[in-house]
Amino acid sequence: MAENVNPVELAEDINPKEITENTEITYIRPRKGWIGIDWQELWHFRELFVTLTVRDIQVRYKQTIIGAAWAIIQPLLTMVVFSLFFGGLAQVPTDDGLPYPIFSYAALVPWQFFSSGLTFAANSIVTNSNMIKKIYFPRLIIPVTAILSRLIDFGLAFAVLLILMPIFGILPTIKILVLPLLLLLVIVTTLGLGLWLAALNVQFRDIRYVIPFLVQILMFISPVVYSTTLVQNDLLRALYSLNPMVGVIDGFRWALLGTETLSLTSLGIGTIIASLLLVSGLWYFKRMEKTFADVV
Amino acid sequence: MDKDTAIEINNISKQYFVGHVKSTGSYQTMRDVMTDALKSPYRRVRDMMTGQAQSAANLTDSIWALQDVNFSVKKGEVIGIIGHNGAGKSTLLKILSRITDPTMGEIAYRGRLGALLEVGTGFHPELTGRENIFLNGAILGMKRSEIIAKFDEIIAFAGVEKFVDTPVKHFSSGMYVRLAFAVAAHLEPEVLIVDEVLSVGDADFQKRSLGKMQDVAGSGRTVLFVSHNMAAVNQLCTRSILLKQGQVIADGDTSDVVLQYLSGEASDKAIIDLSNRTDRRGNGKLRYAEVSILNSHGQATQEFFSGSELNIQLRYCNTPELVSTDVALAVRIDDMYGRPMFTMDTKFTSTTIKLLDVEGTVKCKIPELQLLAGTYSLHLWAGAADGREVYDSITRTIEFTVYPANVYKSGRFPDNKHGVMYVIHQWEVE
Repeated sequence: MAENVNPVELAEDINPKEITENTEITYIRPRKGWIGIDWQELWHFRELFVTLTVRDIQVRYKQTIIGAAWAIIQPLLTMVVFSLFFGGLAQVPTDDGLPYPIFSYAALVPWQFFSSGLTFAANSIVTNSNMIKKIYFPRLIIPVTAILSRLIDFGLAFAVLLILMPIFGILPTIKILVLPLLLLLVIVTTLGLGLWLAALNVQFRDIRYVIPFLVQILMFISPVVYSTTLVQNDLLRALYSLNPMVGVIDGFRWALLGTETLSLTSLGIGTIIASLLLVSGLWYFKRMEKTFADVV
Repeated sequence: MDKDTAIEINNISKQYFVGHVKSTGSYQTMRDVMTDALKSPYRRVRDMMTGQAQSAANLTDSIWALQDVNFSVKKGEVIGIIGHNGAGKSTLLKILSRITDPTMGEIAYRGRLGALLEVGTGFHPELTGRENIFLNGAILGMKRSEIIAKFDEIIAFAGVEKFVDTPVKHFSSGMYVRLAFAVAAHLEPEVLIVDEVLSVGDADFQKRSLGKMQDVAGSGRTVLFVSHNMAAVNQLCTRSILLKQGQVIADGDTSDVVLQYLSGEASDKAIIDLSNRTDRRGNGKLRYAEVSILNSHGQATQEFFSGSELNIQLRYCNTPELVSTDVALAVRIDDMYGRPMFTMDTKFTSTTIKLLDVEGTVKCKIPELQLLAGTYSLHLWAGAADGREVYDSITRTIEFTVYPANVYKSGRFPDNKHGVMYVIHQWEVE
């Protein structure tokens, strides 16, 4: 090839370094059974990863008047409604007699990240079907970016929480340093469940209708509007701890508001369950991945 | 794998299960699986987990989109993939670009592979032209630095300089496809797969797109080009592969393969049943029942080259009273606007057609079809030999297409901008 090319053109058009770099051979074969995660490939597609996360953030509040303010208004309004009905009318007791608004808001911040991340991730493969059918890239990027793009909303809502705390006379302590670990636990939980639902949704569109119910039921079995201390029975308490969001929400309240309800056992159980969800979710997603383009 | 080989395709087959598509649409409902699960729980759950077809009956409803496809492509070769709809072209490209897995076989390729399967994939209507260029570029596998380097070139090629910061939902559809094509066309992998992207935009833009593709083809990159546009395939590719029902049936010089594609395919529309046509004139004493057009090998086809042989076969039925009388038959060839081109009438040539039975077949042979490129149709007529009675007259019975060919053996192909017909002639200097 090279001897036919005019040397001037060669110098201008072709970077010789690139030629030596890109002669590696790729093999395409039928994939069967367990498919491991190709970390090297994921790294190769890191720019797409960033671009898609940015896209999800960019389009989230396009053509709205107040834009990203929705990220603050949603949890704030929910807090007001909860405070009026659960705190005011139903007189739901809080931990250590904390004011109900701050008690529920501290739970709403991780909860809304979980619920919107889960909903978005579960629908992500179907929503992006047109890309899946036309272009190859590691499919895992889609649900992961769907969840990570929610971090902006989480950050905004969290900033409001930091403003609300002194208003209710609570100052952050050193315990706040545990929050990144708790955030990681929410992400693991959301991703684990999200991967299962996203892959199932490709084949069974019933999932689309299941998600809102699932989120609603999960909210009632998580201590969002009430305190974990309401669950007294030991057996019930053990079952209750199987929900990783119990540990997460109690952890948030412990780290920020200084409540004493956090049980390390339930946090431990939650972490194990969340890890199992993530590993099995990855397994199922990878298993179904090769059929996405044909089925979606 | 040989050092000069860019792509090697070995025994590639792809099977699709179509059973559940027919019954419940493109995806299953959970109900189907749950009712199945009650019948034989273990197997259903296992099948669901592994993504297998959901019931044994469905296993029989499978189609092989590709069967045992083998070929290799040398570095720098520009190769055309042609075939009718459903021949397996898109499936092959999807496997090559790793969108879907093959059922059997192996493909090896060298370097980076980029695919232009459909322009504008991943464009988001709410994002601006600028944001979409970066998004689409990243989706197609370009690095951010590459996109920045080519940004001005891309918007200039698309001609949307003034609108880079406008959301693309406000773009005209022309601007939208131009921008999408421009991003895709600036992708520079070692192996490029192009599927029918030249059909976007207006005539002027299509010309520029083809020019761009010619640049790509001439740059030493390996290109796989899929198109129904035979003129473009002819212009861009030296070698072509013809697929039919998932199998490679021809592999060689583009001109030979294109010829085989155009003439070798039997077409079911090349035999037309006329018995149900009601839009006909005449007293009905003789009715045309079927018309077919055949090439020189006697195959029914709708595709011909200028100068090739064309045979018209007519089947008719007549009343017993016409048996053993003489009738006149005529075939007129009209262009796509219905303008008559020429007529072959038994009265003109004083040919006698004597009816021997209540039905029969006649054939009219045109040894050299002197029509230039275009689409034409046949008008059929039948009447009494003296022309006083019309038995049957039926228009637009069957259509056929004529492609340009080397009719003067000069290597220059006259086509429809030179007229509708060519004539045998001589030039002489006096």
